[in-house]
Amino acid sequence: MLKKIRSGFVMLRECVVMSLDNIRGNKVRSFLTLLGIMIGVTAVIALITTVSGVSGSLATSFSSMGAGTLSVSITGSDLKSGVTAEDMAEITALESVDGIVPSVSLNGRVSVGKKVESNVSVSGKNAYYFITNDELIVQGRPLNFIDDDNNTYVCVISQEMVDTFFFGVNPIGETIYISGLPFTVVGRYEEDSGGGVASIFSGSPDILIPYTTAMKINNTAEVSSFTVYLAEGVNSDAAAEEIENLMDKQFDYEDDCFSVTSMSSIEDTMQTMMSMMSSLLAGIASIALVVGGIGIMNMMLTTVTERTTEIGLKKALGAMPRHIQIQFLIESFLLSMIGGLLGVVTGLILSAILCNVLGTSFVLNTGAIILGVGFSAAVGIVFGWAPARKASRLNPIDALRAI
Amino acid sequence: MADEVFFSMQDIDKDYYMAGEAVHILKKITLSIEEGEYLSVLGPSGSGKSTLMNIIGCLDTPTAGRYVLRGREVDEMDEAELARLRSREIGFIFQNSQLLPRLDARKNVELPLIYAGVPPRERRRRAEAMLERVGLADRMDHLPTQLSGGQQQRVAVARALVGNPSLLLADEPTGALDQKTGAQIMELFRELNDEHRTIIMITHDMHIAAHAHRIVRIIDGEILEGGEARDA
Repeated sequence: MLKKIRSGFVMLRECVVMSLDNIRGNKVRSFLTLLGIMIGVTAVIALITTVSGVSGSLATSFSSMGAGTLSVSITGSDLKSGVTAEDMAEITALESVDGIVPSVSLNGRVSVGKKVESNVSVSGKNAYYFITNDELIVQGRPLNFIDDDNNTYVCVISQEMVDTFFFGVNPIGETIYISGLPFTVVGRYEEDSGGGVASIFSGSPDILIPYTTAMKINNTAEVSSFTVYLAEGVNSDAAAEEIENLMDKQFDYEDDCFSVTSMSSIEDTMQTMMSMMSSLLAGIASIALVVGGIGIMNMMLTTVTERTTEIGLKKALGAMPRHIQIQFLIESFLLSMIGGLLGVVTGLILSAILCNVLGTSFVLNTGAIILGVGFSAAVGIVFGWAPARKASRLNPIDALRAI
Repeated sequence: MADEVFFSMQDIDKDYYMAGEAVHILKKITLSIEEGEYLSVLGPSGSGKSTLMNIIGCLDTPTAGRYVLRGREVDEMDEAELARLRSREIGFIFQNSQLLPRLDARKNVELPLIYAGVPPRERRRRAEAMLERVGLADRMDHLPTQLSGGQQQRVAVARALVGNPSLLLADEPTGALDQKTGAQIMELFRELNDEHRTIIMITHDMHIAAHAHRIVRIIDGEILEGGEARDA
């Protein structure tokens, strides 16, 4: 038994040597044939790696802004269009809630002296917002509880607004007119903090004012959208349910008055979409692998025909059908694997370039590499099977007649 | 020097089907040979001598008849059994030596041993010994294209002998050689037969056939003379 296994290994080694020899003997043809596999694997790896790079950086920016928050948007019922200050106090009082930030937006004309900008996004926030995002303000002071309670006419403005209205001037203490009302600028904030992706959903406001002031300007006592910051270590799904229950009561159990969305659920959806996208793309790319496999089959069939005499000779010298079959199978397997490995290299290079261009981080995706190599091995065996079988079944006499 | 019967054939028929019609290539061939004999099968082309060689060499099975090689029934064997039998009992020599062009002389000689499952070191040793035996000790690393026709045929002889087969089966071994090198190969065959090796040589050349101890004439698939082993 041991001897049999050993002679099997000897055979296998000889087959590999002979196959490599044959592949080398037909350099141009072998290269063209394995090019198909190489392109297929390159495509699979580049697509998977790039898509996972993109989804990875999306996830990072999501979690930087979204971890531990829920966003609540209210459509309201006929009787009640938003939450009141008391409602918000109730929500804040929940144990799982650390605090909430109302968002009251107004779109208005903003002017300083003769300079006028319309469609500036102005948003009302509360003091808690500046406490949680304590790195937001880069100059001056944030809005505080006193501003909230007294609906003062103060504001903090973005760097862009500073550049627009106060270029070369210290903006702190200057007056800015929002919808014709004078506000005193008390601080400047860096608009990018809070995350790029966050602005896709909330819009990045240019000017922040106390929400109570914004409500007064809008002539309303109700808030239609706010963000809940959860206490540390709280499960966001459980907290969302708790808040929904409370708000159901606040809206007299009317249906469809509001929606509570956790960032993690948006992130999950995004991840699912991304992985669907990457498997779809990989599926398309694997068509190239199948085409490459057909190329290998074609070459192997040609090789079998060309080497009819050699096959007959080897059979005359004592080769079993399975010896011949293994030899040709190994040849197509090696051909495909060489193509696959070259494809892995070019695929990684290509995806590194793509990630660089797209500005996402390049992450070595071992799954994609295993998939590429495994797929090309399978292609080599599947498409090499029929030619190898044909070779093994050649009648030694017919094969030798070509002599 | 005749010992026991090496093989015996009885009423061997071989038919081929061409375009639906049966062609009788061999008709009732009866032939036996003893261990250590040197036999030549002489016949013109189309006489069926190559088909006879294929059957003797276990490359093909007869349509009808009985073929016993060293006590084993060959006519009922499947392909794998035939391959095993070839590997053990028969060394082939072809007209154009049929060496694999990308392998050097040593590797070509090693080939039958690979299929016999002989380990590499042993293989190399035996191949080198056999190349020395045929007088090519200094040509082991040469590719076939770097060898003369006669040297190539010597490599083919070494390859045929390396597995230590009981029968050396040669198909027109001098067909592609000039007279002088052909004579050298015939000399080598005679030496091998002196070493008590059984040799069957297929040829259409009367002069070549004359080197053997017994000549079997075959025409139109039938043996004309020499089918029975000589009395010792």
